[in-house]
Amino acid sequence: MVTLAWIPLLPALGALTLGVFGIRFFPKRLTALLACTTLTLSFVVSAFSVWQLVKLPAGEARVLEFTLGAWLPAMASPTSHGIGSFGVDWALRLDALSAVMILMVTFVASLIHIYATAYMDHEEPGAYARFFTYLNLFVFFMLTLVLGANFFVLFVGWEGVGLCSYLLIGYWYQKNSAANAGRKAFIVNRIGDWGFLLGVLLVFMTTGSVDFYAVRAAVEHMPIETTTFATLSAACLLLFVGATGKSAQLPLFVWLPDAMEGPTPVSALIHAATMVTAGVYLLCRNAMLFSHAPQVLEIVAVVGALTAIVSACIGLVQTDIKRVLAYSTVSQLGYMFLAAGVGAYGAAMFHLVTHAFFKALLFLGSGSVIHGMSGEQDMRHMGGLRVFLPITAVTMTIGALAIAGIFPFAGFFSKDEILAQAFANNRPLWVLGVITAAMTSFYTWRLVALTFLGSRREAAPAHDAHGAHGGGHGHGDHGHHAPHESPIAMTGPLMVLAAGATLIGWFGMPPVWGGSAFEHFIEPVIATGAHGGEGGGHLSHATEWTLMIFSVTVALAAIWLAQRMFVQKPAIADAMAARFSTAHRWLTDKLYFDELYGATVVAGTYAVSRLSFWFDRTVVDGLVNGSAAMTVFSSWLSALIDRRGVDGVVNGVGNTLHDASFGFRRMHTGLTQNYALAMVLGVVVFVGVYLVVR
Amino acid sequence: MSLTLILLTPLVGALVLLAMPRRLEGGIKIVANVAAWAGFLVSLPLWWQFDPSSADQFQFVTRSPWIPSIGAEYHTGIDGFSALLVLLTTLMGGIAITASWSAVSLRIKEYYIALLVLQTGVIGAFIALDLLLFFLFFEVMLVPMYFLIGIWGSDRRLYSAIKFFLYTLVGSVVLLLGILALYFHLHAVTGVYSFDVTRYYTLDVPPRLQFWVFLAFFLGFSIKVPMFPFHTWLPDAHTDAPTAGSVILAALLLKAGTYGFFRFSMPMLPDATREAVPWIALLSLIGIVYGALCAMAQQDWKRLVAYSSVSHMGMVVLGLFALTPTGITGSLIQQINHGVSTGALFLLVGVVYERRHTRQIDAYGGIAAVMPLYAAIFLLMTMSSIGLPALNGFVGEVLILQGTFVVSKVWAGVAGLGIILGAAYMLWLYQRTMFGEITHDENRGLKDLGLREVFTFVPLIILAFWIGLYPKPFVDRLAPAVQRLVERVSPEIAAGAAAAVHAVPDAHAAPAVPATTHPAPGVH
Repeated sequence: MVTLAWIPLLPALGALTLGVFGIRFFPKRLTALLACTTLTLSFVVSAFSVWQLVKLPAGEARVLEFTLGAWLPAMASPTSHGIGSFGVDWALRLDALSAVMILMVTFVASLIHIYATAYMDHEEPGAYARFFTYLNLFVFFMLTLVLGANFFVLFVGWEGVGLCSYLLIGYWYQKNSAANAGRKAFIVNRIGDWGFLLGVLLVFMTTGSVDFYAVRAAVEHMPIETTTFATLSAACLLLFVGATGKSAQLPLFVWLPDAMEGPTPVSALIHAATMVTAGVYLLCRNAMLFSHAPQVLEIVAVVGALTAIVSACIGLVQTDIKRVLAYSTVSQLGYMFLAAGVGAYGAAMFHLVTHAFFKALLFLGSGSVIHGMSGEQDMRHMGGLRVFLPITAVTMTIGALAIAGIFPFAGFFSKDEILAQAFANNRPLWVLGVITAAMTSFYTWRLVALTFLGSRREAAPAHDAHGAHGGGHGHGDHGHHAPHESPIAMTGPLMVLAAGATLIGWFGMPPVWGGSAFEHFIEPVIATGAHGGEGGGHLSHATEWTLMIFSVTVALAAIWLAQRMFVQKPAIADAMAARFSTAHRWLTDKLYFDELYGATVVAGTYAVSRLSFWFDRTVVDGLVNGSAAMTVFSSWLSALIDRRGVDGVVNGVGNTLHDASFGFRRMHTGLTQNYALAMVLGVVVFVGVYLVVR
Repeated sequence: MSLTLILLTPLVGALVLLAMPRRLEGGIKIVANVAAWAGFLVSLPLWWQFDPSSADQFQFVTRSPWIPSIGAEYHTGIDGFSALLVLLTTLMGGIAITASWSAVSLRIKEYYIALLVLQTGVIGAFIALDLLLFFLFFEVMLVPMYFLIGIWGSDRRLYSAIKFFLYTLVGSVVLLLGILALYFHLHAVTGVYSFDVTRYYTLDVPPRLQFWVFLAFFLGFSIKVPMFPFHTWLPDAHTDAPTAGSVILAALLLKAGTYGFFRFSMPMLPDATREAVPWIALLSLIGIVYGALCAMAQQDWKRLVAYSSVSHMGMVVLGLFALTPTGITGSLIQQINHGVSTGALFLLVGVVYERRHTRQIDAYGGIAAVMPLYAAIFLLMTMSSIGLPALNGFVGEVLILQGTFVVSKVWAGVAGLGIILGAAYMLWLYQRTMFGEITHDENRGLKDLGLREVFTFVPLIILAFWIGLYPKPFVDRLAPAVQRLVERVSPEIAAGAAAAVHAVPDAHAAPAVPATTHPAPGVH
């Protein structure tokens, strides 16, 4: 269906127009209009396509495809099963899984584009157009990623969103911290890409294809590698390395918090709702493949759970409003991997979608706060803002309740399901999940409390030197006004997202309330057949009820605790920080991951790099220069000996040296003679070699 | 006929220049530009007229006696790969000459003559089908490049020029030995004295002689590529060469080495080629990682790009010696890609060097603010160089990695490190030059690209996207040549592919999805 191509192409056209003409010529209004129009149209086309899809009968045949043509033309290649054919088509495919993704991406991205038109309003027209060029381009790549019918088209999107992320994190490129953060994100992602590419090549080697459906069909009949760690497991592990890079999981999560150097709409779109979930999507897209590698799934689950809890711990004490949300994102992504790791791909995808809504909401809300506070990001200088930013306060509170998993907000349904699946499959990881859930509620409410509740704390005098969020480029210009609510272009998207964060959970009812319509929809794509399947055991209704009540209770208790510590008795928080000062410092300093990597991998690479160059100059090139010098010397020596007219024996030795010096001999004289001599000598040597070889 | 025309057009231009008085500077520049771009135009029909479906290995063949007493002929012709290389040569030649318009003011008559003669030498090497004729052109390339570096170069230009000349000359001499060994062997077997390349394709050289000749060829070609550990002339030559010299050197001269492997070593000495694979793979892998690490340590912009060439050419050789269809195709494509993106990167350095007369990376910083268009093109070429999908570099890299992976997963894994390191040093370079605040006041008034400069980048940008998005026209032209080489060096793959074409479609293909699971139609 040709229509499919328009879904990514519309934002691509937007980016092209803005990039070529907009940066130079367009006024801001035109830029904003164009960027938002392409996105909205893309959403409309997506909705239309999904509607076409839904009209098809449910099941495996519910697929729409569009193949533009060959990309990498097919060529013979050895595989594990004889000579196969390696080739890649520019092919898009809409099935239930990608349908969910394109709807979410275009919807959330449209809202964020609208929001950004106001948020970025203080930029120069050129820079403004540059911002929307990147943002449109990002959406193009993101849609390519989720619509790609094979690993390589997905990879185009995968790397493309990475590029846009790099450009948008470094949007304020004059700031070294922003440029560094962008570069760090790209390089850490590249480490993951190394795994991704090798994983894909191994998948091809094993299955003879790189098309997702063909791979699924081929894998379906292969044995599950329960005890052996064979090629499927290795391929999955490599793909998971790629996913940890893109989705900021341990040990490659360090780039995401730094990515907050980008403008807040970027954080909301790329580093919360869409790009960072690509790793989860990759796993779900290849559910059949991963289910044949149970040992890797176990690794996925453990990594996910550990990432969730570690980053939640760090999030507890951060004071920069965006950093709290960044660690929260890492933590929630960990949840999604935990779900995928226990085989609950549907739950992972559902959490991905609900998270996109409430995390985009929280980020945009924080942006509204930053906007209203003229660039301030430190929560210690906020407080009591509910009076000044009422809409932001209400919508963000809804977002907080959603992420905390309070009934009836979206997070309740998705998180509850993940925890239920973890409970059924892996109790220790369930315990980690519950603790993480408690911490999530705690730090999110802490964020709400420090920002909106209590009474207003005045900004520190050093505020202008604060520097974060490109204050020098715009928000700082506002000076010290009283905090103010944002314009409708910003609060509008907040309200829409808040509605979404309240309502979309109902698509994913727990089994006891009739089951999840969402999972029923995507089931044909993520089905793992008779093998593996959705978790190990089914829970009884009584257990389900108990778990639901338990997790809501835990979340409420954590909220109550945060309310008490940060609103009612702020002294408790300070006392706690003082009492556990070591732990507090470790968490504040982000457990020293950056320092560890800096001292080992980064410093090691630079050291090896300098060593290599030293070796190159002194040893490798030293040999070259040395042999040249030797030749010149022997040439000089033989000339000397010749001149002095020593006897025949010495002459012989001299001639030997003379001969050995063919190429380098006359470094400082003519070249033609040298050349001729070399050729003659060559012939002489050749005849010798020929006689030996013959 | 037409190949001779392509070969002679730049030479005619050089002769016209020779006759011109040196005070007509504007006229000299115009004649040089016209000659170079005319050379491109006369070569352009090769794109359409070359017929990939033809049964002939070489097309546009011209043969006439040259030195009859020893059997040397003027014998030229092209296959798909040489067609692409000739097109690349005439294009880059034109770009290099246009890019020199205001960069060179010293002895411009001789300068443009040197460039045009160089052009002829390079084209000759890519079209020669006579070993001696090839050798002649292979050597002819050296002389003008020697002068380009030695006269119009910077800093240590004499050292670099002499090093370049003598180092590659050593390789050439040994190469000549190898050629002569084959020549005499042909006579011993058939009683004919001939340098005709095609004769040697069907000659079964005894393994022991194959070994020695391969070694001799290897030395000659690997110095030219250059492969680790014979690469140290390259950073010096690049750093001190004028911009046009660097562009030609990176985009074309290095390809003469890999072209040599492809045209001579591999098809003529298939047994020795197979024997050599682990050793060449080892050197290539070292080159990939080591070149990238050295690049990371550079303070000099051009030297950084030069070391990146060592890394990328390691990738090219690795793919070639994977001896698989994907690996070889990837390698050939990547040679074009390297010409495009590294050529562009040297042009980019040249642009700011002309304005600021320094190559030191820390003399720049924050340039994106004053030269936004320049920054955009630099970004694009950086992405092309580090293999961003949908740009040209990725197509070559992924085919090479795929072709290598099926031979050795470890090799592919190590080669993949080059992709990480490549991103690291290129993005760091980009950040240090383009991002941040402007730290040097001289940089505040830098002018963005002018129309002439933009013109030199346009064809490279088009190629970067074209090869990245739709490489099929290129791959189709290369396919017969690759197929012939695979039949020679990896007969088992060729046989397997031939069997697969006749067999039922891939057993593993899902019935629902015909896409991307066709049975090897790319192999005829």
